[in-house]
Amino acid sequence: MMLDAGPIEILISAILVVGGFFALVGSWGLARMPSLMTRLHGPTKVTTLGVGSCLIASMIYFPATQGKYSAHELLITLFLFLTAPITANMIAKAHLHRQGRSIDPNPMDDIAEGLPETGLGTGWATFEGQDAERADPPR
Amino acid sequence: MIKKLLPHPALTITLIVVWMLLANQLTLGGLVLGVIIGVVIPILTSPFWPDRPRVRFGPATWIYIAVVLWDIVAASFQIAVIVLFRRSKDLRSAWLVVPLDVRSPEAITMLAGTISMTPGTVSCDVSSCGRALLVHALDTPDPAAEVARIKRRYEARLKKVFA
Repeated sequence: MMLDAGPIEILISAILVVGGFFALVGSWGLARMPSLMTRLHGPTKVTTLGVGSCLIASMIYFPATQGKYSAHELLITLFLFLTAPITANMIAKAHLHRQGRSIDPNPMDDIAEGLPETGLGTGWATFEGQDAERADPPR
Repeated sequence: MIKKLLPHPALTITLIVVWMLLANQLTLGGLVLGVIIGVVIPILTSPFWPDRPRVRFGPATWIYIAVVLWDIVAASFQIAVIVLFRRSKDLRSAWLVVPLDVRSPEAITMLAGTISMTPGTVSCDVSSCGRALLVHALDTPDPAAEVARIKRRYEARLKKVFA
């Protein structure tokens, strides 16, 4: 049987498979890592490449097969780059506060023993906000 | 006059480009509407930018973007290998304190975002004086070398962008 696929299709398929692989690995990292801080690393980086590969495939597919040019993929990339670090930052901060109150049963991140000092005489902003008296610093 | 009409030229250009990308077609009407939005929004929001830093759009900016994009790809392979082949108890994760040379909030935000997207590190917090970043590293044999790498590779380049 002849394969009815041109080089463009093969290229797109390869990019899609690579992207799917990285998205899977990122999710697997989220599932198997031992603690929250280590879990954060998979989705922030590996999954970004997974989504990026799918977007590149889309940017090749539509002009090549349907003659339509689309720029939405660039916007998705831009918004992804804006949101991924902020989401990770928010999760990390919430985690620091939870650890400070000893709710998290998994002390893998050494937060129970305390965060490193800033070395500048001041604390970390999460624990020294405007409502500093309400926040419990990590012990 | 031109400074009053365009208080934030970079924001104007960004808004026009994003508007054109959203519309997803190149028409004169869309461009006119984009220009209107790009002019009106910076004027309306200028009170929110009391002392914004000067951003240079020179070669340093493009080099920085290229380095970060390349590192995101490299980071993905690196983390994928760790996720697939490293046992959890062999992970050498560590907290890093990165002392900052950049001072403007925008530059620190860029650096924190870059650290989160690039190999093995997620930025978690900034010191309340704004002079150090708290960074979590997934797997680092030498924390001091990792801090030096962040400062050399990203912060030194960022300083040229936010000059």
